Amino acid sequence: MRLELVDISKQYPAVKANDRVSLQVAPGQIHAVLGENGAGKSTLMKIIYGAVRPDEGEIRWNGEPVQIASPAAARALGISMVYQHFSLFDTLTAAENVWLGLDKSLPLAEVTKRIREVAGIYGLEVDPLRPVHTLSVGERQRVEIVRALMTNPKLLILDEPTSVLTPQAVQTLFVTLRKLAAEGCSILYISHKLDEIRSLCHHCTVLRGGKVTGEVDPTRETNASLSRLMIGAEPPQLQHREARAGAVVLEVRSLSLPKEDPFGTSLEAISFEVRAGEVVGIAGVSGNGQQELMRALSGEDVRAPRGSIRLFDQDIARDTPRRRRRGGLHFVPEERLGRGAVPTLSLAQNTLLTRTRAVGRGGWIRVGDVNALAEALIRRFFVRAGGPGSAAKSLSGGNLQKFIVGREIDADPKLLIVSQPTWGVDVGAAAQIRGELLALRDNGCAVLVVSEELEELFEICDRLVVIAQGRVSPSLRTAEATIEQIGEWMSGLWRKDKSDAPA
Amino acid sequence: MMDSLPLLVAATLNSGTVLAFAALGLLINERAGIVNLGAEGIMLVAAVAGFATVVHTGSSWLGFAAGALAGAALAAAFGVLVIWLNTNQYATGLALSLFGVGFSAFVGIRYTQEKLGERPNFEIPGLADVPFLGPALFRQHPMVYVAIALTAAIAWFLYRSRSGLVLRAVGESPESAHALGYPVRRIRLAAVLFGGALCGISGAYISTVYTPLWVEGMIAGKGWIALALTTFATWRPARVLLGAYLFGGVTMLQFHLQGEGVQVPSQFLTMLPYLATIVVLVLISRNASFIRINMPASIGKPFFPG
Amino acid sequence: MLRLEQRPEPSKAMSIASPLLALAITVVIGTILFVLLGKDPLRGLAVFFVEPVRSAYALSELAMKATPLLLIALGLAVCFRSNVWNIGAEGQFVVGAIAASGIAMLATKDTGNWFFLPVLVGGIVGGMAWAAIVALLRDRFNANEILVSLMLVYVAEQLLNYLVYGPWKDPLGYNFPQTITFYKSTQVPRLFGSFRVNLGAIAALFAVGAFWLLLFRTYAGFQLQVGGLAPAAARYAGFSSRKALWSALLLSGGMAGLAGGLEVAGPLGQLTPHVPAGYGFAAIIVAFVGRLHPVGIVFSAILMSMFYIGGELAQSRLGLPKSLTGVFQGLLLFTLLACDTLIAYRVRWKTAGKGTGG
Repeated sequence: MRLELVDISKQYPAVKANDRVSLQVAPGQIHAVLGENGAGKSTLMKIIYGAVRPDEGEIRWNGEPVQIASPAAARALGISMVYQHFSLFDTLTAAENVWLGLDKSLPLAEVTKRIREVAGIYGLEVDPLRPVHTLSVGERQRVEIVRALMTNPKLLILDEPTSVLTPQAVQTLFVTLRKLAAEGCSILYISHKLDEIRSLCHHCTVLRGGKVTGEVDPTRETNASLSRLMIGAEPPQLQHREARAGAVVLEVRSLSLPKEDPFGTSLEAISFEVRAGEVVGIAGVSGNGQQELMRALSGEDVRAPRGSIRLFDQDIARDTPRRRRRGGLHFVPEERLGRGAVPTLSLAQNTLLTRTRAVGRGGWIRVGDVNALAEALIRRFFVRAGGPGSAAKSLSGGNLQKFIVGREIDADPKLLIVSQPTWGVDVGAAAQIRGELLALRDNGCAVLVVSEELEELFEICDRLVVIAQGRVSPSLRTAEATIEQIGEWMSGLWRKDKSDAPA
Repeated sequence: MMDSLPLLVAATLNSGTVLAFAALGLLINERAGIVNLGAEGIMLVAAVAGFATVVHTGSSWLGFAAGALAGAALAAAFGVLVIWLNTNQYATGLALSLFGVGFSAFVGIRYTQEKLGERPNFEIPGLADVPFLGPALFRQHPMVYVAIALTAAIAWFLYRSRSGLVLRAVGESPESAHALGYPVRRIRLAAVLFGGALCGISGAYISTVYTPLWVEGMIAGKGWIALALTTFATWRPARVLLGAYLFGGVTMLQFHLQGEGVQVPSQFLTMLPYLATIVVLVLISRNASFIRINMPASIGKPFFPG
Repeated sequence: MLRLEQRPEPSKAMSIASPLLALAITVVIGTILFVLLGKDPLRGLAVFFVEPVRSAYALSELAMKATPLLLIALGLAVCFRSNVWNIGAEGQFVVGAIAASGIAMLATKDTGNWFFLPVLVGGIVGGMAWAAIVALLRDRFNANEILVSLMLVYVAEQLLNYLVYGPWKDPLGYNFPQTITFYKSTQVPRLFGSFRVNLGAIAALFAVGAFWLLLFRTYAGFQLQVGGLAPAAARYAGFSSRKALWSALLLSGGMAGLAGGLEVAGPLGQLTPHVPAGYGFAAIIVAFVGRLHPVGIVFSAILMSMFYIGGELAQSRLGLPKSLTGVFQGLLLFTLLACDTLIAYRVRWKTAGKGTGG
C-alpha cells in the first residue's frame, strides 16, 4: 500500500469531522473519496497533506508509520495537492507561483524551463511568464497541477477539480490523470460527482458524517447505489410539472457593461428573457461574467445602459436593489455569509436586509414583527436553528441557505434570481430548495437560476442559456439540449452552431 | 538665492531621510499585509530613547541602536496582538500611537532642557569641495547615505530574491502561503519587527541629528505622513525615497519662506506639509483600480491559520 | 504551551468582563509604575480612583470632564461601527471651538442669556464642516479618511494658533495669545450654582438615549451597522455606502464640534491655544472601552475622566508628571484589545505535538 490511514479521528469544537476513518491507496490507483458537503472529505485531505493534525489514528506511507507535521513534510514524502480554491498569487507570474511551491532552491530560470518541459509531457498548456490574474480559471488549475507535478509526487490529491471545467476539459484532465496513474503515481480524487467517479476511478471510499460507510469498486456500482452509501437513501425525486410560460417578466436587451474590477469580466451585448411560470438556467464555468451579470440584475451595480434591463417592460437598469424589490425582483446571492446574510447578526436582524414590512415611518424598527417574521421563516422552511436570535454564522450551510432562499420566496416575488442555489449544501437541503424553486415556478413566478452544476440545471430548468467570456448564447429548451452541446457552448462555441432553437 | 539653493537641497536630503527610514519600514510591514498605525508613537518613544542614550553615553551610534531597539520592542507588542491574537490592526496601531504619545512625554520630562553638546560635522573628503554639488550632497550625516543604500537593498530584496518573493506572496494571500507551508505568522512578525526598528531609527535621527533636542510631541505627525507616503509610492522603495525627499523639500521650503520674510503668517506655512499630504493622497487615490492592482491584497485583514 | 481555541459562539460574558479585565491589568501595571517612581502605590491609586469621586465638587468636575468625552465618543461609536475611521475628531473639536468663539464674540453686553444656543450651534456646524472635508475627499477621490482626518488635526491647530496670535488676539490681553473673555450671556448655564457642571452634562445624557435609539431601533442605524459589519451585504440590501459615509462623518463631526463649543462656552470662556486638550483622541479610547455601545460609553467616559483628573491631582499632590494620564489611557486601550481576544477564543493548555502548525 502506498498510503494507509488507520482509524483517523479529528474533533472540532462543534463537530467530529473524522470518526475512525480508515483508507488504503495502492500505487498507481485512482482512488475516489466520495461524500456530500460536510462529510469530512476536506478535513481528511488536510490531515494527509499536513495542514491539520489528527487527534487519533495512524498514517502509514509505503508501510512505514509517519507523522506528517506540515505541508513541507508531506511534500518531502512525495504527497502533492491541487486545491479546490486555488492557492495562487494573482500578481505573480505562473513561474513565480510554481517556484514558491517547490522546496528546493532552484533558480527561477531553471524552474521556468522545467515548467515548459512538464507541461509538454502531460499536454497542459501553460505560459510560465504570464501573471496569474490574466489567466482563466481552467488555465489557473493547470498551473496548480503543473506545480504539483513538478514535485514528482508519489501521491497526488485533487480536491473537486472539475467544478471549474467544461465537460470537454474534464475529459482532457482525465487523460492526464490516467497517464499519471499508469506511471505509478497514486491519485486521491475528492468529489461528489457520481458520473465522474464511475468513469475515472478504480476504487472508492464513501464518507458520511465523518465515518466511512463503504469501500467499493465504482465501475461496478450505479449512481443509485453510490448515492445510498453517500446519503443513506436514494436521491429524492422532484415533482415535475409541465411549464406553462406566461408573459415576459424579465427582458435583458443588449446589455454591455465594462468591468469594474481589474480582475473581472466585461459583459457584451447580453440578451435573453424569462417568462412567468418558467425556470431559465444560466450555465457556465465560473469566471465568465456570471458575477457581473448578477450584480447588474440585482442592482448592486447600477451602471447598466438604460433600457438594457426591463422588468414587466419597465426600465430598471439604473434602479437600486430596494426599488427592484418593490417591483417584485428578489435575489439570492451565491455568498451566504457576508453578502446574503451578516454573519454576526441574528436571523431576525438578517430579515431586515431585504424585508422591511417591520420598519415603520421615520425608520422605526418594530422588533416584535421582525422576530415574528424570522420565526415564520424558520418554521415554513424547516430551518434547523436555535431560534430567531441565533447568529447567522451558527447555522450550517444548508440551513442558512434555506433561510435566505426562504426569506426571498416568502416575499412573494414576481421574479426570483438565484445564484448557485445549492453550493456547499447537503443533499437533503438541496433537494428541498430545488423543490421550493419548482413550486414557485408552478405558482406563476419567473425564476432565473445561475449554477455551475449542469446536472442541477438539467433537473430544474425549462430553458437554458450558456454564458461564456461575458456573452450569452441563444436559449435552448432543456428537453432538447445535451450535455455535450452545452459543454461546447461553455467554451463560447455557439456562434458556430447552426441550429437556431426557438426562444 | 543662488547660494542658498545648495543649502536647501542639503536640508531637503536631511529632512527627507527622516521620512525615508520610517516609510521604508512601513513599506515592509505593508508588503506583509500589516498596517501599523502606531508609527507616530514608535517614533516618539524611539526619539526619547535615542536622545537619552546620547545624553548618557555621548555615542551617536548607540543612540540609533537604542532607537531601533525601542521601535522593535513596541512593534513586537503590536505584532503579537495583531498576528497571534488577531486584534483589529487599525485599532491596535492607534492604541500604540496613543500610548507612545503619553509614554514618550512621561519619560522625556527629564530630558526637556538637555543639550547634546557639540555635534560633529560630516563631509566626504574631496567631494565636499565640489562647487554647488559639494555643499548640496556631500556634507550629510552618514545616515543619509545609509537611507539611500537601504532603499536599493530593499528593492533588490523585494524583486530579486526568493525571500522577497515569499514576503510579497504572504502580503497578497496569507492563506495561500500557509497552504504552501510557509510560516506566515513568523514572516509577518519579522516584517513588523524590521519595520518597527526602521521607524525607531527615524525617530532617533530626528532627536539626535535633525533637531538635536527633545520636546514633547516633536514628531509632529511625521509618522502619519510616512504612512501616507507608502500609499503614495504604491509600495515601491524607489518611489518611497523620492516621495520622502519631496515632502522633505516642502517642509524645508516652509522654513525657507519664513526665513525670507514672506508675508504669509507662519502658521499657514507650518500647515504646508500636512496640506501637501492631503493633496498627494487625493491625487493618488483617485484611480481606485490602480491602487487595487498595486496594493498588497491582504492589508488590514486578519489571518487565521487552519 | 498556551493555545488559542475558537469558541463556537462568542462569549457574552467575556464581552462585559473584558474591559474590566483590561482595567485590572492597567491598574496592576500602574501600581508597578508608581513603585518604580518611588511613590506609594496606594496613594497613587487613591489619587486616580478615590479622590475624583470624594466630594460633590469632585463629582461636578468629573461630570465636566466626562461630558466632552461622552459626546465625542458617541459620534465616534457610530463612525467605527460603520467602518468609517474618523481619527481626526480632535481637529473637528478645535474647529467647533473656533466657530463657537466666532459667534460668541458677536455678543455685546446687552445680549440676552439665550445666546449660548447659537454659540453651540456654531460649534456643531464648525465640527460638521471640518468633517465634511474628510467625507468629500473620501467620497469623490477615495482618499483614506484616517490620514486625511489626522492631517486636518494639525491644520486645525495651526488655524487656531493663527487666530489667537493674530486677528483674534485680545488687544487688552497683555499680548497673551487668547481672545477676549466672552460675555456671560454666551456661557452655558450651570446646573448647581457654585459647581462648574453645566447643561452640557444633561445634553450628553440625552445624547446617550438618542444614540441608543438610533443604533438599535432605527433602520438608518441598522444600515450603518451592516455597512460596517459586511459591506457586501449592505450593497446587496441596497444600503447606500455614500449615505453611510456622510452620515457617520457629519454626525461625529457635529458631536465633536458641540464638545468644542461647550468647552469655550463653558469652563474656558475664551479661545486659547490650549483648547486642544486631546479629548478627540481620548474619545477614541472611550468609544472602544465602552464597546462602541452608548451605555458602555457612559461608564468608560467616567473612567477616562478619572484618569484625567487623577493625572492632574498626581501632579499637584505627588509631583508626578501629568503625562502619566496619557500612559494609562494608551495602556488601557492596548490591554483591552488584547483581552477582547478572549471573547472569541478560549485559552487552553496543550501539550506540544498537538494542534495545528504555523
